[in-house]
Amino acid sequence: MNFIDFTDPNVMPWLIPVGPLLAFFIITLVTNRSKLIPATSPEYGGHHPDYDGMLVPVVNDWGRVASILVGLAGILVAWIISLNVVGQALATPHFGEQVFASSIVWLDTGLTAFRMGVLVDPLTTIMLIMVPLACTMIFIYSIGYMAHDPRQARFFSLISLFAGAMLTLVVADNLLLLFVGWEVMGLCSYMLIGFWFEKESAYKAAIKAFMTTRVADVVMLLGIVYLYSLTGTLSFREIVYNEAVLAELAATPALLIGGLSAASLIGIFLIVGTIGKSAQFPLHVWLPDAMEGPTPVSAMIHAAAMVSAGIYAIIRMFPLFAAGADPSHGVLTPPLVMMALVGAFTALFAATMAVAQYDVKRVLAYSTISQLGFMMAALGIGAYVAAAFHLITHAFFKALLFMASGSVIHGMEHGEHHVHEHAHAHDHAGEDEHGESHAHASHFDPQDMRNMGGLRKTMPVTFWTFLIGGLSLAGLPLVTAGFWSKDEILAEAFYGGFTRNYLGAHAIVFIALVLAATLTAFYTMRQLGLTFWGEARTEEARHASLGRGIVSVTMTLPLIVLAVFAVAAGYVGVPSDFPIFGAIFSPEHNPFHHFLGPTLLEPPGTHSFNWIPVLFGSAAALGGIALGWYMYWRKPLQAGEPDPLVNILSPAVFQTLHNRYYIDELYGRVFIRPAQWFANRVASEFIDRGVIDGILHLIGRVFTWIGDLLKVLNQWLIDGFGDGVAELIEAFGYWFRRLQTGQVQQYILLATVAAILIGLIFAVSTGILQAAGG
Amino acid sequence: MEFNIHSIVFLIFSVITLGGGLGTVTSRNLIHGAVYLIVSLFGVAGLFILLSAPFLAAIQVLVYIGAIAILIIFAVMLTRSMTRMTEIYNRQWSLSLVVSALLFVLLLVGIILPVWGPGTANAALQPSELVATTVDLGVAFVDGNQFVLPFEVASLLLTAAMIGAIVIARDRD
Amino acid sequence: MVPLWMYLFVAAALFCIGAYGVFARRNAVAILMGIELMLNAVNINLVAFWRYQTPFVMSGQVFAAFVFVVAAAEAAVGLAIIISIYRNRRSVIVEDVDLLKW
Repeated sequence: MNFIDFTDPNVMPWLIPVGPLLAFFIITLVTNRSKLIPATSPEYGGHHPDYDGMLVPVVNDWGRVASILVGLAGILVAWIISLNVVGQALATPHFGEQVFASSIVWLDTGLTAFRMGVLVDPLTTIMLIMVPLACTMIFIYSIGYMAHDPRQARFFSLISLFAGAMLTLVVADNLLLLFVGWEVMGLCSYMLIGFWFEKESAYKAAIKAFMTTRVADVVMLLGIVYLYSLTGTLSFREIVYNEAVLAELAATPALLIGGLSAASLIGIFLIVGTIGKSAQFPLHVWLPDAMEGPTPVSAMIHAAAMVSAGIYAIIRMFPLFAAGADPSHGVLTPPLVMMALVGAFTALFAATMAVAQYDVKRVLAYSTISQLGFMMAALGIGAYVAAAFHLITHAFFKALLFMASGSVIHGMEHGEHHVHEHAHAHDHAGEDEHGESHAHASHFDPQDMRNMGGLRKTMPVTFWTFLIGGLSLAGLPLVTAGFWSKDEILAEAFYGGFTRNYLGAHAIVFIALVLAATLTAFYTMRQLGLTFWGEARTEEARHASLGRGIVSVTMTLPLIVLAVFAVAAGYVGVPSDFPIFGAIFSPEHNPFHHFLGPTLLEPPGTHSFNWIPVLFGSAAALGGIALGWYMYWRKPLQAGEPDPLVNILSPAVFQTLHNRYYIDELYGRVFIRPAQWFANRVASEFIDRGVIDGILHLIGRVFTWIGDLLKVLNQWLIDGFGDGVAELIEAFGYWFRRLQTGQVQQYILLATVAAILIGLIFAVSTGILQAAGG
Repeated sequence: MEFNIHSIVFLIFSVITLGGGLGTVTSRNLIHGAVYLIVSLFGVAGLFILLSAPFLAAIQVLVYIGAIAILIIFAVMLTRSMTRMTEIYNRQWSLSLVVSALLFVLLLVGIILPVWGPGTANAALQPSELVATTVDLGVAFVDGNQFVLPFEVASLLLTAAMIGAIVIARDRD
Repeated sequence: MVPLWMYLFVAAALFCIGAYGVFARRNAVAILMGIELMLNAVNINLVAFWRYQTPFVMSGQVFAAFVFVVAAAEAAVGLAIIISIYRNRRSVIVEDVDLLKW
């Protein structure tokens, strides 16, 4: 076997996931050395706040540092190699027709062989720019954020596995390998959301996330299987880059469901998978609860990796969804319509819920769901370049926002400790009633925005980066990346819906997204205002800060890096005929559009510039920002004051929004409780214990009875026979030995008698006696 | 059968022999038994003479009566038990009587009478007038073609028996 | 001369008397005497047959002579044994010597 040339760009992508995966194994098997200490030990000052009454695994410092280093090394290696591949890809002309790919035979299936391998085309390249960068920032952030957590090494191993799975998914060249990465990420999300598994809310959220995405994954798998059965392959290049295959799939009628082509049915199944993974309605319920996990996890799952994977999969398979129709001319297939409608609805739906949340991370969670709705809607109307663009920019600013919110929470917890120490000092000065630190009547929630306020003073870096990220999310015109990507989506929707008068899905998308954009800007300003502006509403907020030292450095540096991207990333996708900016950034063509386009067989064309969508988009953003400013910045909320939005919307409406339209309760009643009932009463009690155990017990009893019977038989017959024979022989022996009297005369007499007898026999037999007797 | 002197002498000696034998086996006193034995042996000697074997008759008297019977008397004297009022017969005497009688009857009826008894071919057999003498007997003992070897072996046997008897019976003090 | 069978008769009778003595007497010396009677019966047999059947072939008398020898040797050794037993047990009742009893 020849030495494999790893500098060959076709082969190098294999190495990209290797770094983090290897880091996972090393950390798990080698460097994660922990011992269990009770939470009340002096190590934690007598009481660890998160692990009440339990045993806490403590990684010794060597293990912790080694794990961090190994994890960082893994992701850095992946990043460096990715940059190398990206550089080579960018340098290749006509990249898209020409790709980097290599594969190996994985499963020999007789006449054909199923191949697994890597594929780097323009879409992959773009993902490789974003994913390793975002993940590296998150890893660095985690050094500081999880510094006080006893299980930090385990955390690093899990996020390494997560990153490795995401990178595998990104460089995969076939649906199966993609699905593998997909599922591994599902597992990691379970383990990471439930990282603090002692908390009931955390492990329940983890189960919820896993179950919800699992439901979607099953449907997706059905789609994959169906696709394989029709085409005999799952390789992307062979399906989506292949006119013949697509045409055939479009022509084949789907099983069972009339009126649909096979391509459409497969598309619908795959879309269901994404609905679960990217938390669209109706499977969005897991994402807000997933905030139970540590903030870096939220950043990773909900920005950089997992939810992006859903959208990425759809972008990948876009030609399949479009097969049989011509989205660039307004003709949409059923899966595209489904995506457009689901995406648009979700975007608006989630934005309405975001405005009524108090938890700083919850707002961001709903924001993510909403933005993913944007992307899905964009894909639905065929604007797949716009969707990809928004995916990238969203990843940057959302990761930034999550991490910044994590810093906020960290700062608030710091303030909380500060307050408790003071309380302790005051208590100890006087009587010693409460020995414990939880002297508060109600538990203080460091994530509740009502407890914050004025944090811009104590956490300036966090404030500015959060502001930049928030404005990018809101889509502040011209200067933020979010504006450019959102603008492109709106432009496509408007173009299709009104310029070309396709109406229908395009129009719905446009209107819904404009409304959602307005709400997005509004709730972002609300969040910023409640958190940073005005005066601190609680003692804890007054003392909130990140402190100094490596913790604060590692937590603020990634924010700054990502803030830069949240602004600058937009300028690679400026339409070339955009006034002024187009001339600066895209003199010949829109770089992003030009690069990504050839991913498809038929690169999509660009449309001429139109003022109307830009104006609508800008108006939505500015209008939302202004409204938010008016309500929360001009007159910041005072301590004890209720949120003014409650009265405006009426308390009932506000409560409904806050409680997410009670969908979770609905699901619980309709799905969860029956399932639990079934599991308990039917599966467990009846089938398992009643039937199966009953049968087994019956068999056991039968065999025991047989055994007893055989035992009796054994005793009586066999033992009896054996013993009987022995006794018989013994009796015979006793009787027979009486022959041995020791009396010599007896012996000789017996001998004589015997001799006489023999003589008689002889005599009779030879006839002598008869002759004499006569 | 003729009643001549030969027959009467035969009868007398037979009665002596058998009577002595009966006495031997039925006597309570062992010395009496030994004497009865001697009487019986004398009878046998007489029968030998009737059968023209004078040398054997002499040997009978010398060896059997003179040595063996005396030896038996010595043995009786040396093994006198303190209590003499013991049973002379053992538990199986009745069965022994039956067996012995049976044996005799069978021998007689099964072998002797059918083969040599009166009415058979052999009954008419008369012994020849001429008979070998003692000289012939002596020659037979030392003739290389006849019985010299058994003769020498017999003497070895006697030597061994003598030594053996001495070894067994000597005082061990 | 007396017919042969009469000598045989006597010999057989003497043999059986001797046999009875061997079977039925308790005293070892008495048994020995019975044995002597039996040997004598044998001798009578031998000599009778010699005289009547082959008076010129000496094997009959020679055999009888050897019977004498053997009888003598056997009587000597047997009595020696009886004396030895008597020394050990103070009794020559054969019934009491049942060491081969089970």
